[in-house]
Amino acid sequence: MRNKSVATLAGMSVLALYSSMAVGSKYNFPEPQSVIAQDIYDQHIVLLWICLAIFIGVFGVMFYSVLKHRKSLGYKAANFHHSTTVEVIWTVIPCLILVAMAWPATKTIIAMKDTSSPDMTIKATGYQWMWGYDYLQGEGEGISFFSKLSTPRAQLQNREPKGENYLLEVDNNLVVPVGKKVRIILTANDVIHAWWVPALGIKQDAIPGFIRDTWFTADNPGIYRGQCAELCGKDHGYMPIVVEVLDEAAYAKWAAEKLVGTSSAVNLAAVSTEMAASGADEAVEAAEENSDNN
Amino acid sequence: MSQDTGHYYVPAPSTYPITGSAALLFLGFGAALTMNKIELGYGLLAIGFAILFYMCFRWFGTVAAESESGKYGLDVDKSFRWGMTWFIFSEVMFFAAFFGALYYMRVLSIPWLAGESEVLGQAAWGAYEGGWPTTGPSDHYEAFTPMGAWGLPAINTAILLTSGVTITYAHWALKENRRDALNKWMLATILLGVLFLSCQIYEYVHAYNDLNLKLDSGAYGSTFFMLTGFHGFHVTVGTIMLIVIYFRCAAGHFTPDRHFGFEGVAWYWHFVDVVWLGLFIFVYLL
Amino acid sequence: MAAIHGDVHGHGHDDHHPTGIMRWITTTNHKDIGSMYLWFSLAMFFTGGFLALGIRAELFQPGIQILEPELFNSFTTLHGLIMVFGAIMPAFVGFANWQVPLMIGAPDMAFARMNNWSFWLLPVAASLLVSSFFVPGGAAAGGWTFYPPLSTQGGLGVDMMIFAVHILGASSIMGAINIITTILNMRAPGMKLMDMPLFVWTWLITAYLLVLVMPVLAGTVTMLLTDRHFGTSFFNAAGGGDPVLFQHIFWFFGHPEVYIMILPAFGIVSEIIPTFARKPLFGYSSMVYATASIAILSCVVWAHHMFTAGMPTVGQLFFMYSTMLIAVPTGVKVFNWTATMWRGSMTFETPMLFAIGFIFLFVIGGFSGVICAIVPIDIQVQDTYYVIAHFHYVLVSGALFSLFAGAYYWLPKWTGHMYDETLGKWHFWLSMIFFNLTFFVQHFLGLAGMPRRIPDYALQFADFNMISSIGAFGFGMSQLLFVYIVIKCVRSKEAAPEKPWDGATTLEWTHLPTPAPYHSFEKPPVFKPVSH
Ligand code: HEA
Ligand code: HEA
Ligand code: CUA
Ligand SMILES: [Cu+2]
Repeated sequence: MRNKSVATLAGMSVLALYSSMAVGSKYNFPEPQSVIAQDIYDQHIVLLWICLAIFIGVFGVMFYSVLKHRKSLGYKAANFHHSTTVEVIWTVIPCLILVAMAWPATKTIIAMKDTSSPDMTIKATGYQWMWGYDYLQGEGEGISFFSKLSTPRAQLQNREPKGENYLLEVDNNLVVPVGKKVRIILTANDVIHAWWVPALGIKQDAIPGFIRDTWFTADNPGIYRGQCAELCGKDHGYMPIVVEVLDEAAYAKWAAEKLVGTSSAVNLAAVSTEMAASGADEAVEAAEENSDNN
Repeated sequence: MSQDTGHYYVPAPSTYPITGSAALLFLGFGAALTMNKIELGYGLLAIGFAILFYMCFRWFGTVAAESESGKYGLDVDKSFRWGMTWFIFSEVMFFAAFFGALYYMRVLSIPWLAGESEVLGQAAWGAYEGGWPTTGPSDHYEAFTPMGAWGLPAINTAILLTSGVTITYAHWALKENRRDALNKWMLATILLGVLFLSCQIYEYVHAYNDLNLKLDSGAYGSTFFMLTGFHGFHVTVGTIMLIVIYFRCAAGHFTPDRHFGFEGVAWYWHFVDVVWLGLFIFVYLL
Repeated sequence: MAAIHGDVHGHGHDDHHPTGIMRWITTTNHKDIGSMYLWFSLAMFFTGGFLALGIRAELFQPGIQILEPELFNSFTTLHGLIMVFGAIMPAFVGFANWQVPLMIGAPDMAFARMNNWSFWLLPVAASLLVSSFFVPGGAAAGGWTFYPPLSTQGGLGVDMMIFAVHILGASSIMGAINIITTILNMRAPGMKLMDMPLFVWTWLITAYLLVLVMPVLAGTVTMLLTDRHFGTSFFNAAGGGDPVLFQHIFWFFGHPEVYIMILPAFGIVSEIIPTFARKPLFGYSSMVYATASIAILSCVVWAHHMFTAGMPTVGQLFFMYSTMLIAVPTGVKVFNWTATMWRGSMTFETPMLFAIGFIFLFVIGGFSGVICAIVPIDIQVQDTYYVIAHFHYVLVSGALFSLFAGAYYWLPKWTGHMYDETLGKWHFWLSMIFFNLTFFVQHFLGLAGMPRRIPDYALQFADFNMISSIGAFGFGMSQLLFVYIVIKCVRSKEAAPEKPWDGATTLEWTHLPTPAPYHSFEKPPVFKPVSH
């Protein structure tokens, strides 16, 4: 039974490795690019250590017992089967550990939920299968475009070598300025989608007929990639999200250029009502269509 | 009749269960096909129902015969009690899902759609005002008049409550071995059940024809018809069970101290009664 | 399991049962029915496993190789449904059928005919599910959670799934009522509730969960059906409903459901650990209370599956706290098992190996569960392979390993033959290694940002996916060994010892011959309570 302890050791070293991974490695969350993402990253590391400690505690005892208290070593079984004291202790201690875990999480949740006074507001609408963006408020107000996967089909079907950003590239990036509180308003046109950018620490479902919101403030300029994170049908795997964070000047320039191309500002209420109402009909039609094709 | 042999009665191998499964095989495929307007489905459904009725008839007949021939000891009797109790509990949970949906829509999702939530701030549906009854925010659905509580529904409440009393009288009569009274009270209960169902059918016709209230009238129509509809279905089943018990009573089944078949159905009847009270309050009154 | 000899005849039973196939179709015997449940679930495990291998084969490399996206989604959906409803749940019901009457000293299940029906509904539901792959439009592809509006789209396959779920629900409810009644009403004279073996206790509580939540599932799919075909608006905002309402009702069922799949596992492990430690279970009553607490808590945590759906802050906090709380009673169980092993006199036959493997890996899965429960972290990991890793740790190395442990433990009692210990150990170690190979790396995938339910992925996920796929095929092949071991055991000519495990104390070992006779406990056994 030596191999069991070897297996244990191996398992534990893997776990230890796992938790001490450098920022941004492929064993961990991507490098955080916002305060919230940083909080999440840190809490995850702390939790890993706590869990590892409990794990070593529990299985240290268990495997000590497995190695020593075996019949083959002639060990005679004791006959105790009850102890109120230890049972109370091992009920209370986990409770305390949990409180320690919940405390920072609670603070982060409250911060995450606070979408008030944004510098700019963008509406993201999920479609089967692309995203629509409308800049509703702040610099760039009135910009409106769709954003779809730009990886060529030939790459998906292995007829061409896959590019560096395979499946994580779009025709129109969502462009935002650095250091500004950006509020994202979410809805969907047909089924539920989810808007997720790991490096910014946000993920929010887009529910047809309802409006949800979330926010982020990007710390550094750069390009951050994410994907739709709610099964939304056939091409769920093919609706990435690319957020391009520019410094203020570059953003202003981008917005000005983009606005020239956009004819008129979008009225949220009008568009969304029309959208959701037609969404219902479309869902019905789509259902009918779906049963026919294939 | 009820000698206790000391042995728990374990029935012999039986073909009823597999017959029932065959029925559900036909029903399952039949229903799925029917929903998708595939002709074959109707035939399958018909076969499925036929087998199911045959199965129920034979299976319950056998149980009644076993019971009458004294095969069921006190232990078996107790098992039936536990079994029926937890079956009714599971039915309560089934209705809870629909009551939960009603609650959620009225208290949460409709106000949200009307833009009342401080989290969302921004309404998706422009000028929609919410409130209850409602067809929802889309103008996709036609307007309707909601069902008032104090007309037929109130009468139906009275009918069902009365039937709860009559079945209790029947039970007392059974316990005191007054068979004539038993049969009479049973008959009264059945008649009240049928009366209730007739009123409900009338109500549905009225809703469709006069009130323009339909199953697809948005949130109100959905919850109204699904809740009252499933309740009506349960009353129908209950009434059929009452009829069966009535014939068993008339045939001299049951004794003053051993009559679980009767009691089980009475419990069931009280259960549909209580569900109706919930409906009357949450669907019609509030 | 098929070979059961030595009928002990007695009066009060009809002994002229049919032979051949009719025996199995018409049987009212809890052992026959238990065996059928177990064989059925094994077949379903291989069906679900076949789908899993399809998923893993597609994910072996980036790009679309063998499954088009829609078919891939169907594979994922049916893999989940078949494993949950076809493999794991029926397997536990099979164990309950065999063991509950034996362990409480009952002649059979309370409703023997209905018991047969509960079983024979399963092949009906399975045929609806499996054949839906071949109908126009294909099988349901909205995930095993079939969230609308996605599941409002889709064709015949979705309806077949809905009716399959109805039938499975009916089967589970009847099974649960049967188990509750048997346990409450048919215990050997003198056996109080607090004298019952833990396996029986955990099943009693599981059965309560079943009658509590299966009808709710039936209600949900019914609403989905009417939304699809009759114009109701339960899950449609345009009519005043809400897609998220579906998620609430589904998870009100769904979360207790995952404990339905783990509580009996706890029960099996709680039988095995004391037997092989040759020492009474530590903290019997706290085990019972912990099980009950888990069950009760499990009914108020459901929205932890919906942290990204958007919910008021208080809601998120409530569901986070209540979810975390489940770690406490679960921890009590883990600590009690450890204390049972402490200063025991242990041997490590296959059942014990699987039981220890269970605890070891389940705790890893439990920890990743707690990490998921922390809302900010869940915002990152929700709907990623991190969650996939979490629940395969609790379901495969949890529920499934406990089933293997239980099967090895009771096979001698059921068949009268001993299984091959050497092969059993091979099965354990191979499963252990390949399981971790498959699923441990999925934690990394999830953290690095790979969403679940996708047929193709970005290049940075390629190496871990390849490892995971290799592990999956290795794990799958190792399970063929299990089938071989079971068949070999059933067919074996050698009689097993009357009591192969010297530490066993429950009635089936102390009061019944091996193999257990066709009609056990004609007369109730004399039960002497041991002090806890
Ligand atoms: C058998 C099945 C099973 C079990 C037992 C569990 C157990 C737990 N699960 Fe899991 N879960 C699933 C099956 C299961 N889960 C499935 C199938 C899904 C995905 C469904 C889907 O979306 O398809 C899921 C998803 C899931 C989510 C949603 C993730 C997401 O989609 O974003 C969450 C979030 O809270 C969660 C939490 C937990 C917790 C806290 C436990 C706890 O019960 C774990 C408790 C155990 C321990 C903690 C270990 C032992 C304890 C100690 C040693 C004591 C000391 C410990 C501490 C103080 C931390 N689970
Ligand atoms: C309850 C139990 C359970 C079990 C036991 C398993 C077992 C396995 N599961 Fe999973 N799984 C789920 C429940 C379960 N699963 C659920 C609920 C989901 C979520 C679905 C959803 O998102 O909707 C899921 C999703 C899921 C995914 C994610 C899919 C996606 O998001 O797209 C993956 C991917 O790797 C996976 C893999 C596996 C593997 C490799 C096994 C292996 O352990 C299986 C091993 C067994 C075998 C491989 C059988 C042996 C077969 C052979 C040797 C071949 C012989 C062939 C023939 C006879 C034809 N499962
Ligand atoms: Cu959009 Cu998934
Ligand atoms: Cu859960």
